[in-house]
Amino acid sequence: MAALLPTASGTPAAATEIPVEPPAGMRRRRWIPYALLAPGLLWLGVFFVFPVFQLAMASLWDPSGSIETGYTFAWSFSNYADAWEMFHVQFLRSLWYALITTVICVALGYPLAYAIAIKGGRWKNLMLVGVIAPFFTSYLVRTYSWKAILSDSGPVVDFLKWLHILPPDGRLLATEFAVIAGLVYNFLPFMVLPLYASLDKLDVRLLEAARDLYHGPVRSFFRVTLPLSMPGVLAGTLLTFIPAAGDYVNAQLLGGPNTQMIGSVIQSRFLVVNDYPIASALSVMLMLTILVLVMIYVRVFGTEEVV
Amino acid sequence: MRTFWRWLAEKWVLLLGFVLLGYLFVPIAVVMLLSFNQPASRNTTYVLDFETFSFTWHNWTDICGAAGICESLTRSIYVGLSATLIATILGTLISFALVRYRFFGRGSTNTLIFLPMATPEIVMGTSLLTLFLGLQIPMGFLTILIAHVMFCISFVVVTVKARLAGLDPRLQEAAMDLYATPWQAFCLVILPLVLPGIVAAALLAFSLSFDDFIITNFVTGTSDYTTFPMFIWGSNLRGIPPQVNAIATAMFLISFAFVIAGQLRTRRRSARRAATS
Repeated sequence: MAALLPTASGTPAAATEIPVEPPAGMRRRRWIPYALLAPGLLWLGVFFVFPVFQLAMASLWDPSGSIETGYTFAWSFSNYADAWEMFHVQFLRSLWYALITTVICVALGYPLAYAIAIKGGRWKNLMLVGVIAPFFTSYLVRTYSWKAILSDSGPVVDFLKWLHILPPDGRLLATEFAVIAGLVYNFLPFMVLPLYASLDKLDVRLLEAARDLYHGPVRSFFRVTLPLSMPGVLAGTLLTFIPAAGDYVNAQLLGGPNTQMIGSVIQSRFLVVNDYPIASALSVMLMLTILVLVMIYVRVFGTEEVV
Repeated sequence: MRTFWRWLAEKWVLLLGFVLLGYLFVPIAVVMLLSFNQPASRNTTYVLDFETFSFTWHNWTDICGAAGICESLTRSIYVGLSATLIATILGTLISFALVRYRFFGRGSTNTLIFLPMATPEIVMGTSLLTLFLGLQIPMGFLTILIAHVMFCISFVVVTVKARLAGLDPRLQEAAMDLYATPWQAFCLVILPLVLPGIVAAALLAFSLSFDDFIITNFVTGTSDYTTFPMFIWGSNLRGIPPQVNAIATAMFLISFAFVIAGQLRTRRRSARRAATS
């Protein structure tokens, strides 16, 4: 970090050295953008790119080592086979939960974003504050709060028992329902905000024209509004799916042993069991899987606006 | 009756929106409620049961009563402010380079900025842990700060970039036509116009850092530099002190008040502008 500080303080000074030039040309020295980029990109390089490479290396360590004796690098691709063998259930479950979460978030988030952007009127700003309001309290506290709401003696379980939807000894905690409910709640704002941003840019006159052309709100919605808001849908689904797939807070607090997600496994392999090669292999697998899925998804549905 | 149905046909989307917003508020309301509850034991802090609910002011009057809770809050604020300062400076510089210059490597820089946002937090946490273990850097404030700055930079860049991109480049030319030096044009024209974007980015960075748990859990290691989320997580086994709910409620109310005050200010300002023009 010490090495980074001089460049960080040096850059603003460098900007002052821009010579006075005729404004028509607006020519600047070639090195200026690089000087502006250097400190930030160095930080990302040293503390993001390099560690990910290290993680990839650690995933190929000889698994017979330990932290006491040290690990040796051995191209042990068998770590990946072992990791898959042991934890493919949790791995596939995480992707599945993330997918369901994303679908529910679109279903809930689209009407909400639409209501704010198109119908919001004078309520618009207040409703936007409402969307980000969950961020004003802590993520863990919010999730614990769901634990209280869904608890065995809590109002939701009581109500469902009264309706005979849930058997007398039934519970919601430690079920898939609780985990997915927590994920949906925690990532819904990440869906709504990009959706709002793209719906808000829509020209209202376009919607009016569509209504004239296609006779009826349903057809004009599917022919005009939805296609034009696709960049928002794309960004929102990515911002929901990616963190949901790697999350372990919801599974840990609201779920049980049968709803464990890959994040919990990685966390306990790293911090409790100290099995670094397998834990690293799982992390790399998760990252690559998400990267490939995202690339396919963006290629199929993508527009240039997203990245 | 007919007018009611007509009203409903017109407003149902908006009503649905308010219902969904209500859903977003449910757990917040529950935390507020629980902040006035005296749980039978610490293990029942997060049990919502109206039969055993017992009202108390104690969690509010003795808000620092649980050992370590306010120290952890101070640490979170300190980490948040430091990370915000560094990330906002670094991110703003990057976004200026990306928007106002065409240079070799611009595309790959955009990709590099995008990647941390497309990477699950757990992967960043594990990779940083591997780095710090490998270099034998002791875990604590420094490692947490490094991690927080790292994941905040991209969000700062995206936020400031959005503001900068909407800026008319002719503004700078106009300033320079009026004999401003480039530096003066930057300080007197560009910077004030971009400032709302920078402030928004700083607020975003602070809230990301202040609330981060997943990455912090990896880079705290065995050190006793416990941030507020780590305090809550660490209390899991012994039971969470009910003061956590009072602090969470206070955090919510303070942020809410700030945002509403900001909204009112911009509204009053635009109203005044409309009145004078």
